[in-house]
Amino acid sequence: MEAINFLLAGVGGQGVLTASNILAEVGVLAGYDVKKSEVHGMSQRGGNVTSHVRWGKTVYSPLIGVGEVDYLLAFEALESLRYLNMLRPTAKIITDDHRITPITVTTGNAVYPERGQIDGWLRQVTADVFWVPGVSLAEGMGNARVANIIVLGFLSRLLDVPEQMWQEAIVRWVPGKVLALNQEALARGSSLAAAAR
Amino acid sequence: MKKLLAGNEAIARGAWEAGVLFASGYPGTPSTEILENFVRYPGVYGEWAPNEKVALDAAIGAAYAGRRALATMKHVGLNVAADAFYYVSMTGTESALVVVSADDPQMHSSQNEQDNRNFARFARVPCLDPSDSQEAKDMVIAAYDLSEQFDTPVMLRPTTRISHSFTMVELGERQEHPTRVHRFPRNAKKYVMVPANARPRHYFIEERLEKLKAFAETFPFNRVEWRDLDLGIVTNGVAYQYAREVFPNASILKLGMSFPVPMQMIADFARRVKRLIVLEELDPFIEDFMRMAGIQVEGKSIFPLCGELNPAIVRERAIAAGLLPPGSALPKASIPELPPLPARPPVLCPGCPHRSVFWAIKKLHLPVNGDIGCYTLGVVPPLEAIETTGCMGASIGVAHGASKSSGKKHVAVIGDSTFFHTGMPALVNAVYNRSPVITVIMDNRVTAMTGDQPNPGTGKTLQGEETVAIDFEPLVKAMGVKHVAKVDAYNEAEVEAALKAFKKLDEPSVVIAERPCALLPEVRKTYQPLHVDLGKCDGCGVCLNTGCPALLHSIEIHEESGRYKVEIDPLLCTGCELCAQVCPQEAISFRAQADHFGYETHL
Repeated sequence: MEAINFLLAGVGGQGVLTASNILAEVGVLAGYDVKKSEVHGMSQRGGNVTSHVRWGKTVYSPLIGVGEVDYLLAFEALESLRYLNMLRPTAKIITDDHRITPITVTTGNAVYPERGQIDGWLRQVTADVFWVPGVSLAEGMGNARVANIIVLGFLSRLLDVPEQMWQEAIVRWVPGKVLALNQEALARGSSLAAAAR
Repeated sequence: MKKLLAGNEAIARGAWEAGVLFASGYPGTPSTEILENFVRYPGVYGEWAPNEKVALDAAIGAAYAGRRALATMKHVGLNVAADAFYYVSMTGTESALVVVSADDPQMHSSQNEQDNRNFARFARVPCLDPSDSQEAKDMVIAAYDLSEQFDTPVMLRPTTRISHSFTMVELGERQEHPTRVHRFPRNAKKYVMVPANARPRHYFIEERLEKLKAFAETFPFNRVEWRDLDLGIVTNGVAYQYAREVFPNASILKLGMSFPVPMQMIADFARRVKRLIVLEELDPFIEDFMRMAGIQVEGKSIFPLCGELNPAIVRERAIAAGLLPPGSALPKASIPELPPLPARPPVLCPGCPHRSVFWAIKKLHLPVNGDIGCYTLGVVPPLEAIETTGCMGASIGVAHGASKSSGKKHVAVIGDSTFFHTGMPALVNAVYNRSPVITVIMDNRVTAMTGDQPNPGTGKTLQGEETVAIDFEPLVKAMGVKHVAKVDAYNEAEVEAALKAFKKLDEPSVVIAERPCALLPEVRKTYQPLHVDLGKCDGCGVCLNTGCPALLHSIEIHEESGRYKVEIDPLLCTGCELCAQVCPQEAISFRAQADHFGYETHL
């Protein structure tokens, strides 16, 4: 079988790498060969962050090639646009509608596109565009930091992996004191997807 | 048991399984997590050294004393440790020594892109290049055996893509290697490299290299995978994975050891395949050896010399070179034409104590020579406060030379960890040779860029034990600096006053700007977001020039100026108060006032 390729994109501090750890763990639990790749260092200082996660029978490259992304998970609206050239024609896009204003916009050197524009561009790539109000939902739950898990929860409904493996992966990667909150976030995301279908 | 491990975690695991007792290193992306993971295992000792040369000397000392030892660093760290790397190649050791040089193709977090396989060749040291985490672990273990078998240090050369990728690893058990050395060796002919002893050792290392060449022919990590004979690929490191991905039917000679290369194996492989290519990142290293042996091969004529490879680049270049049929490009999604998207460059974090120091330094209107650390981000707009950055410790030396030769005053900006690393000899030079350089030590108590590792100024060791926190003020005074000011980096006026006083001097001076990194857990507990009084803000934008990501345009426009008023993102603001200090309208609350707005600290 060909690998299933996930590209996760967001901004430093959003929990992109935690989300990719969990996603990779789910792949392992589901019996796949898994590779995951990301870059640390300068990119963590408020810059954009990406992580590549690949599930397959045998996965060679830790990086996804151009035209091979099956699922794009964006944790910030603008970041959904940066890697469209990586997508397969059949790709699905899940994006948080949260906006984090880049310094280039605050200082007046660039303009942050409107949501309608972003949506229009994404839909030119694929009809499968899912907007998730991850950060606002998470804030409502009392902790904006679980927005990443809400987005993962949405993805979980689009994949053929038993729910209990997602829960198990979360248990492995999330500290005990916020476990219940993260489990609830996963369920929220999942039920959003159920409603969207 | 199988586990998903990052390359760096796998290297740490391998070192533990190989019975390593002593490890030393200096943090540097992409190598940092090796030691951080290593010290979590029982029965081992690991430490951060002030620089890579000291780390390697320390590991050499342990290996001389009969303990399996490890030194870790990033590629440019080996430049600093090169002196030690060469002499230990000459002397060999009593117990095994492995040097990890983590290279950074693409310069994800580095100032250059050097290929450290060249160092292995230069020092006649065998070099192993893992292509995933499993190999990283297995090769560390093999490297220790190799080191003892041939009396040589061994280089393990992961790249960023190996160090920071997670792949499945089968875990093993630790094999203890108790020392057979009961007293420190007295063997001057081997270990005291005066010329009379060193000359025969040069013959020794050249003979050792010949033996290693023969060994490379049978080394199990050098292997041939026979498939279709139309195309043969010689490859190593992560490029092997791209070869498998893009050319599933090609025959492959995978070299786990990139120096010395097994020439016989290569020649046999070359004879059997129709078209022969080398797929390797950065330099044409293996390719050059093949050409020198008269083997006709293509490599860098097809694939790029600069930057990291990836499956897309390999596929594209392969199609262009006729290695793959033109139709083998992958179908891509149709992409709309987008306007240029707003860039999201890395910036100094909200609450970063470096920001106020740069703000004050800019008011001096003097050239600023920078250094390697988070504060290199002082170059990014809107601060744009640095003229040069080269390598670790360069700031003070460059500022001295520029100042001495031109008669102009310069400012050198250097972090605490970098000052310990290689800044100290440069400051001694500025004092000794009398240049009026103002050195600003940005003392945030940790090595922040690589993730807040402790350093000699922190008061904690890598293993979390309490230790001496070296105090800069008496240190630089003892180095002969007469004018030393210690200031609170969060107090812009105080920093500015100290700098302006020193601007008048024609002797070297040091400003120690203290404030712990805003990302430290104990600092996070004190975050208290500030608030903009929109009634007072006139949208002048002075605060935005600090480049703090917590400051945003509000939706309100100031009537007279027609400019957006500013608001503060309460999720990002730490309450450092720089914006409040620089606001001409006094529109931003200080922490003491912020309580009135009813915000809570995020504990």
